[in-house]
Amino acid sequence: MSSSDLLDLLWLVPALPLAGAVTLMLFGKRIREPIAGWVATALVGLSFVWTVVMFLALRDVEPRAHETIIWKLVPAGGFDVQLGFLADPLSITFALFVTGVATLIHLFSIGYMHGDERFSRFFAYLNLFVAAMLVLVLGNGFLITFLGWEGVGVCSYLLVSFWFERPAAAIAGKKAFVTTRVGDFGFMLAMFLIFEKLRTLDYAALDRAATLSTGTATAIALLLFLGAVGKSAQFPLHVWLPDAMEGPTPVSALIHAATMVTAGVFIVARAHPFFEHSGTAMTVVAWIGAGTALLAGTIALVQPDIKRVLAYSTISQLGYMFLALGVGAYAAAIFMVITHAFYKGTLFLGAGSVIHGSGDTQDLRTMGGLRKYLPLTAGGFIVAWLAIAGMPPFSGFWSKDEILASAFSAHDYGVWVVGVAAALLTGLYMTREVFLVFFGNERFRAERASEAREEDDITASPTVAFGDAPSPARLDHDPHESPRTMTTAILFLGALAVVAGVLNLPFRSLEFLTEWLEPVFEDVPEIHPNSFVGGFALSTLSVTMGLIGILVALSLYRQGLRRPDEDPGLARLGFAGRLFGHAYHFDESIARLVAGPVTRFSDWLDRTVDSRVIDGAVNGIGGLFGSLGGGLRRAQTGLVRNYALGVVLGAAGLLLFMLVRG
Amino acid sequence: MTLAAADVTANYYLVLAALLFTVGAIGLLVRRNVLVMFMCVELMLNAANLTFVTFARELDDVGGQAIVFFTLVVAAAEVAVGLGIIVAIFRRRRGATADDLHILKG
Repeated sequence: MSSSDLLDLLWLVPALPLAGAVTLMLFGKRIREPIAGWVATALVGLSFVWTVVMFLALRDVEPRAHETIIWKLVPAGGFDVQLGFLADPLSITFALFVTGVATLIHLFSIGYMHGDERFSRFFAYLNLFVAAMLVLVLGNGFLITFLGWEGVGVCSYLLVSFWFERPAAAIAGKKAFVTTRVGDFGFMLAMFLIFEKLRTLDYAALDRAATLSTGTATAIALLLFLGAVGKSAQFPLHVWLPDAMEGPTPVSALIHAATMVTAGVFIVARAHPFFEHSGTAMTVVAWIGAGTALLAGTIALVQPDIKRVLAYSTISQLGYMFLALGVGAYAAAIFMVITHAFYKGTLFLGAGSVIHGSGDTQDLRTMGGLRKYLPLTAGGFIVAWLAIAGMPPFSGFWSKDEILASAFSAHDYGVWVVGVAAALLTGLYMTREVFLVFFGNERFRAERASEAREEDDITASPTVAFGDAPSPARLDHDPHESPRTMTTAILFLGALAVVAGVLNLPFRSLEFLTEWLEPVFEDVPEIHPNSFVGGFALSTLSVTMGLIGILVALSLYRQGLRRPDEDPGLARLGFAGRLFGHAYHFDESIARLVAGPVTRFSDWLDRTVDSRVIDGAVNGIGGLFGSLGGGLRRAQTGLVRNYALGVVLGAAGLLLFMLVRG
Repeated sequence: MTLAAADVTANYYLVLAALLFTVGAIGLLVRRNVLVMFMCVELMLNAANLTFVTFARELDDVGGQAIVFFTLVVAAAEVAVGLGIIVAIFRRRRGATADDLHILKG
């Protein structure tokens, strides 16, 4: 079987998890825990294995792209919608880490979701989520990608509000769905525009992007970027991601590490000819990314919830990726997507393990000293912490450094400065989280045995918002390490977070990922630091900033907290701390805007346009025909002889007509 | 003076038919008794039949005669239904004046 024959079977990659989802949805009632979990994990694992086969096959074909058409969905005149998949370095790279990380998260979920009454339903959704993401990255055109794009939107809704008994979770799911839909509109408008100008939506037509006028390219690029902003939770559509923490922790891990939020990076990288053609769009992307990296980093500094810190951290790290895309360093952005998948996956699974092991609390202020009780989790978490803070030789160092170096070499000094500042913040907030959870004094024990409780009211949300009083310490026993399925996943991902840097070391012959992605980005000029010494100086600077962040946080949080409601960092920050804590009052401002002017405007529309113009037109037409009928009613006298007269006169009239016409 | 068969042209029949039809039509419009109105309708039908056979003979075409059979069949059916309705009306309200039956007034 030749390599290109093998690549014709690319559709198996999304089909395997989809089959899992369908099976579990149809027979979920009969397939019991833990079999459902193992079935789902095995199918995603198989999908990963098959992606590896695809990867090996793709290395043998020249040119490095292979398109397969499965069938024609909608043949409509000059416009064919084909269900087709495209294997090229970009799509296979994404598929590899999506399936790989998702397999580990599935494995973790078997332990985490133990005892849940909708166990098999959960795995059906997880499988569907992965399948949708794979359709998104493997599609051969914008339309198939959009299918997956909407699919991940639906799955995020289903999974974020998976524990729908909690009102907060149901609302968070809705918020995620509605917010990302705002971006989806941009994506749709971009597709209309692309079809209008290029007469096709296939990625093969991207070569012709350079023939468009700059204005059109800018419009398409910015509309696509709006879609990316929604999915990847960039400012100002970032509001859904922190609230999405209401979902089960493996879902957060899946959303943050493998599926969903990386879709925005993917679409910008895929459609880069439009962006390259428009300087404005590139500048917007770079600055939105840089701004988001900085803002989300500051918000993460003072959050009291273990998962919310990670959520804002993801927003910040995604900002880095868009910063990289905006300066034209596509390979660097994708490198960071991969390393981020590993270390953020580790952090989220670690957080899940901590929550699982310490009585379902998410409040950093009532944890502390947990490394003794959860040694494996702590190991994975600490490694991922060093990676995200950009410490050499962990993977995060290489990716973040490459992005900052690219920004500097591309002479975008403004975004470079912001990026370096965000590196300092990353060190700060991650160190705070690690030390509040795993080091310092133990704050989780209930003072009286009567206050100890393990099980929560299931309708109460465990999420701790800024400003909430610390949730009471409530354990009367030691926290426990998680089962082996969970720790295996954490340690495996943690190991990847350590070594993933070798994918793209900044030395000529070792830039494996950049070389591999070369066919996709061959039209883009390469960015390199001017000299080795220059590159080294830049690295030293960014590591130093990260170290400063870590040391400052260490000095503040090494001892833990004296009292749960006293956060030394928050006290130092004063007014700014409260501003960060409330996420710059962004949500409240939107809420106030909607409650005030928007509602008043809607009321005005209701009173004038709706009840007068629209209702007036409808009622007017009804009234017109009513009165017409009322008039005609009089003709119906009910007397037979009148009707007979009508018939006779009619016949006479016809006769006369025929006589006159001859 | 006797009229020879040859003197009686087709026009005589057609005029007679037209007269019959007019009598029927006027009767239908001015009489109120349902039975009489019914008979007027029959008169009009037969006026039409007369026209048909006249032309059948004049044009030497058997089609006109054939149509008369159809008309008779339809008329018979109509009589059966119509008389049935009239009998039903008589049973309910002893006497049948067409103008009394106006409950379908709009």
